Amino acid sequence: MTAHITDGSRQRRRRLDRRVIVPLTVVSALVGAVALSGCGSQRDASVFTVLNSSTDDSYHGWDAATLKRCSKQLGVTIEQQSVPAAQVMTKSLRMASSKSLPDIIQFDGSEMPTFAETGGLLDLKKLGVSTADIPQGILDYGSYKGTYYGAARTVNTLALFYNKDILDKAGLPVPTTWAEMQATAKKLTKSGSYGIALSAGGAEDGVYQFTPFMWSNGGDETDLDSANVVGALDYWKGLIKDGSLSKSTVNWTQADVNDQFMAGNAAMMINGPWQVETLNTKKNLHWGIAQIPVPKAGEDSVGPLGGGMLTIPDVGDTAREKTSAKIVNCMTSEQEEVTYALNSWMIPANEKAAAVWRTKVPSLSSLADQVATARSRTAKLGSGWTSVSLALQSAFQSALTGQSSESALHHAQQRVESGN
Amino acid sequence: MSSTAASAPAGSAPASTAPKAAPVAKVPKPGSLKRRRTLAQWGFIAPAVIFMLLFFGYPLVRNVVMSFQHYTPSTFFTGKAPFNGLDNWRNVFQDDLFGKALWQTILFTIGSLIGQFCIGLALAVFFNRRFPLNGVLRSLILLPWLVPMVVSGVVWRRILDQDTGVLNSFLGLFGAGDTPWLSSTGMALISVVMVNIWIGIPFNMVILYGGLQEVPKEMYEAASLDGASAWRQFRSITLPLLKPVITVVLVLGFMSTVKILDLVLALTDGGPADSTQTLGTLTYQNSFAQLDFGAGAVVGNILILISAVFAVFYLRANRNEGK
Repeated sequence: MTAHITDGSRQRRRRLDRRVIVPLTVVSALVGAVALSGCGSQRDASVFTVLNSSTDDSYHGWDAATLKRCSKQLGVTIEQQSVPAAQVMTKSLRMASSKSLPDIIQFDGSEMPTFAETGGLLDLKKLGVSTADIPQGILDYGSYKGTYYGAARTVNTLALFYNKDILDKAGLPVPTTWAEMQATAKKLTKSGSYGIALSAGGAEDGVYQFTPFMWSNGGDETDLDSANVVGALDYWKGLIKDGSLSKSTVNWTQADVNDQFMAGNAAMMINGPWQVETLNTKKNLHWGIAQIPVPKAGEDSVGPLGGGMLTIPDVGDTAREKTSAKIVNCMTSEQEEVTYALNSWMIPANEKAAAVWRTKVPSLSSLADQVATARSRTAKLGSGWTSVSLALQSAFQSALTGQSSESALHHAQQRVESGN
Repeated sequence: MSSTAASAPAGSAPASTAPKAAPVAKVPKPGSLKRRRTLAQWGFIAPAVIFMLLFFGYPLVRNVVMSFQHYTPSTFFTGKAPFNGLDNWRNVFQDDLFGKALWQTILFTIGSLIGQFCIGLALAVFFNRRFPLNGVLRSLILLPWLVPMVVSGVVWRRILDQDTGVLNSFLGLFGAGDTPWLSSTGMALISVVMVNIWIGIPFNMVILYGGLQEVPKEMYEAASLDGASAWRQFRSITLPLLKPVITVVLVLGFMSTVKILDLVLALTDGGPADSTQTLGTLTYQNSFAQLDFGAGAVVGNILILISAVFAVFYLRANRNEGK
């Protein structure tokens, strides 16, 4: 190529050189400037943002409707920003470092303490968020070290879902104790169909499902290798040994469990009310709901409290934060809670709202009973729950795939204590 | 030392062209012309350099620094991340899970590479001859490459389900349908490797196929006239001539396999009982589940270090090829 270049073209090329230096430098500077900026975004005084995990179409729509009504009532614009549940925490942290936090963040109950520990959340009582008619258990669920940071609109827990047709055909009652559940599950297990399905997956889903067994048996997350926790895990192992619970349970999320139940591969399942919307899409599936069976008749069935809570992060603008509190009050008002609960099949946090809700969906009242005794996962450990949860996942998966419950849980407890 | 070495070629290049260019342009001061040319050259390089520094250099340095810091969620508010020496490194190395993840990463990488490469090469050789539907079949084999990793993971998780999966139903026809693909600690890693091989075959095939096209056909003709068997031809012609391409495929394959994350998360979430944890998932777990960003950075740095070693191999291989 170079051999063909004449003197004239070379001259032209050099002139080109000079002409491109300036633009290139400008472009380089621009690239740098654009990359480095993006921090100094201004807040619009009349626009408020709510960050939540309502990425599902229906949930996003329900929230949008609520926010629209509250916008109208308070005379401000409220925008909804939804990210997948697993990203709410990391997104919030990133936004905190760039000083662009949203006005309200909806955290999952297991995550709130971690964010509260950073000092980035505000005391809702001081900002004037109402706590009237909220049961103590739910107030505790939204509190970290005695301060109320998270206002729940609705709460949820786990329950035993059963296929009415299968149970009726076998002439079996709904089990209420562990022994009954094990026997029923065994009787209902046929080739290609299991008696019970639950999630023992390696994520928070699995741990959430293990807690009612651990707690109802008197076990505790602060002492993972106690006989009570070992007993609960042995109960799960027994179900697998009987063949009533699929070995695939270690790979299933709660959504997978629901799929198995809907496909008729399981006669009963442990799951939460958020599956009801999907369950109801299958018209010929007749399902019922009951409290999770207890170790011995007459004992309390202790389930985990779940559900999102509205928090107000410190954005450094008192006037704004006061308005945010009003938005939270609007979203947790009796009327809004009932509406949201009826849509999402969850239980209103407010006692009065819950009473109204019970009259409207009597079929779910066993869920409301379960909530009354339900426990918060983070009440005892706060932000320390995360490492316990990881150790516990590993432990029950080891036990369900062959190791003894005792040694698996002993190892988990050691892992928690060593801080890894 | 290094700066003088680096500036020498940049300075000498315009010097050699300047005497030729000067009489043509009739510029009175050759010095200013020289400077302007140097400036122009840097102008062209600048966007790339700035890009690299911003998007590769900065995160890299930041990650190394972070691994020596006590970096917690509070840091995002206060901006304070006190240095804690080797604490993060010590914690990571003392964690049983790290040794386990490292070993599993090695098994995963070697298993995947061998499988992908052998099947990819076999397919490349197969498609290197002319036959009907060659093009159609070749593009069909590319499909796994086009599917996003997470989608593959989710679909394969269903296929490999012990009770309701298609694979076991199919194997059931032959009386062997109860393999715990993903639900036993002994089997899960093997299954993940198999899925990754499936994903990696197209890449290996395409690159090796390209390499095979470069091998002159006459050599095979000559070899068969000399009476060489097909295997002998493959060993003495195909493999040696393909060597540079093979190096590239293996090194690139290594670097994308060793940092595997999305596939494992979608398939097994690192379970059951941590039997499919790799360094990639461990980084993810440390940083985004435990929010211990310092520990996450440590594992991340180890991954970068491993990749860097192989990147050097890659560069050397490329340089030899140029000679």
